Amino acid sequence: MKQTISEKIISKHTGKPVKAGDIAIVHVDGVMATDATSPFAIKAFREMGGKKLWDSKKVSLIIDHASPAPNETVANLHKLMRDFSAEMGCRLYDIGEGICHQLMVEDAHVKPGDLFLGADSHTPTYGALNAFAIGVGSTDLAATMLTGKTWLKVPKSIKLTINGELRKGVTAKDLILFLLKELGVEGANYQAVEFTGETIQHMTLASRMVIANMSSEMGAKTGLVDPTGLELWYPFEPTFADKDAEYIRELSFDVSALRPQIAKPHSPENVVAIDELKGTKINYAFIGSCTNTRLEDLHAAADVLKGKQLSNGVRLIIAPASKRVFNDALKDGTIEILSSAGATFITSGCGPCVGSHLGVPGDGEVVISSTNRNFQGRMGNPKALVYLGSPAVVAASALAGEIVEPE
Amino acid sequence: MHTTTAHVYPIDNIDTDRIIPGKYTKTLDMSALASHVLEDLDPDFAKKVQTGDILVAGNNFGCGSSREQAPIAIKAAGISVVVAKTFARIFYRNAINIGLPVIEVEKHNIQSGDSISIDLENGVVTNHTRNETYQATRMPQQMIDILNAGGLVNYLIQHGDYV
Ligand code: SF4
Repeated sequence: MKQTISEKIISKHTGKPVKAGDIAIVHVDGVMATDATSPFAIKAFREMGGKKLWDSKKVSLIIDHASPAPNETVANLHKLMRDFSAEMGCRLYDIGEGICHQLMVEDAHVKPGDLFLGADSHTPTYGALNAFAIGVGSTDLAATMLTGKTWLKVPKSIKLTINGELRKGVTAKDLILFLLKELGVEGANYQAVEFTGETIQHMTLASRMVIANMSSEMGAKTGLVDPTGLELWYPFEPTFADKDAEYIRELSFDVSALRPQIAKPHSPENVVAIDELKGTKINYAFIGSCTNTRLEDLHAAADVLKGKQLSNGVRLIIAPASKRVFNDALKDGTIEILSSAGATFITSGCGPCVGSHLGVPGDGEVVISSTNRNFQGRMGNPKALVYLGSPAVVAASALAGEIVEPE
Repeated sequence: MHTTTAHVYPIDNIDTDRIIPGKYTKTLDMSALASHVLEDLDPDFAKKVQTGDILVAGNNFGCGSSREQAPIAIKAAGISVVVAKTFARIFYRNAINIGLPVIEVEKHNIQSGDSISIDLENGVVTNHTRNETYQATRMPQQMIDILNAGGLVNYLIQHGDYV
């Protein structure tokens, strides 16, 4: 039987060959939940009669969504997570350690070929590692914490082949925004997206993570990046799709002429080339999120801002993806460049991305952000206008006071 | 089967931030969630709903985050079933796990205020106001089993494991 990457990985975890459409009960290699989803997961786990985790080494809880706690309600939810982790012996990532998805990859909680569940919708990020990773809710997660298993429907797959060398200043973010425009926010609903082609095969792990991360915005169950060219710091066995695997849709793009792309309010599919937005004034620039605040993103911003000053009246907030990213950027001088240019650094974590604490925009304010979602109200104020772009575009716009491409 | 009133928002892509904004989700208090449900879309929504009513929406309902507070808030507000043309994947699964029935109906003519009854097992929606019936997509058996148990918690209490 010819199989897609999803079919192969799921088959391995259910002990028999499966094809798209099958319902499979699978063994799971690891799970994680955040402070947005752990409290409900813990509650559901207790209600299920849970006394101990199926495997405490395979469960991670991360405090990243509202971190450090902005008020007593959240503080108590964090305490609940700390107490639960201590009791169950699982790993707790406390405030400032980083964004869940970054930590799972950095600390190799998830590896190529794994089947992983995260109680967060951007769990498909690990498709960058060639793992089958899906986002679930708290109750699903609780059930896996108890049993080590879950059930799922084997998804059909879409194959996107991307060729051509990206122009200077055009990044993985621009590419995925372009693909979102092509496919739409439900273009891959219930399906897996496989990304292949030479453009993808030459990407760094960080850039692959941008692509896999935003497959969620297409409604995809997961996004899987072709492991050709993938470089990791540990040995692994790649899972390739079979040559004649069955796809429900196959599309090819040549992106050698692609311009920087921007998603306009209030949907990540509302994408245009940056040229159409010339003169759009901004108030607030944000570099953060599991999509775009790794070292290469901070470097891109520093390249733009080196020796310069933010435009008057514009604030730039940066939340590094993890403490490790922050420390690396500290050592190589990137933090100093950005800070001297006027950037404000906040705790490594989700920060303003989800609108639950820091950095909420005011009424009518215009935000340019390196995050993945610009739904109305997403950053905490339904009257704000959020545009999405690459870190280089965000930095250049913070410098100019309006949406512009990096020079 | 008793009939209930429909609240129709024929809009596509109603996302989880509009169902329950992230700023309200940091709680385990159901009534607090219920009071803010869909408020950015319709500030009076929570007040209008009578226990047992149904919510009707367009395509890709519940897209966005994995927050289970979205279906929980809808259920806590008193909605007994959500009907949409399509649902976003995680929302669909979460709703069933917490025991909120959701069904996909491609074509219908339901207007706000219509009196509706729903047969989940057979996937049939009856509109008593307009004397029409509509066919829904049938759910995987695993989901019907979880729903019949009243959600995944009860399912696991009953079975101890996935079966
Ligand atoms: S950074 Fe934003 S998108 Fe990523 S996990 Fe946090 S809240 Fe979600």
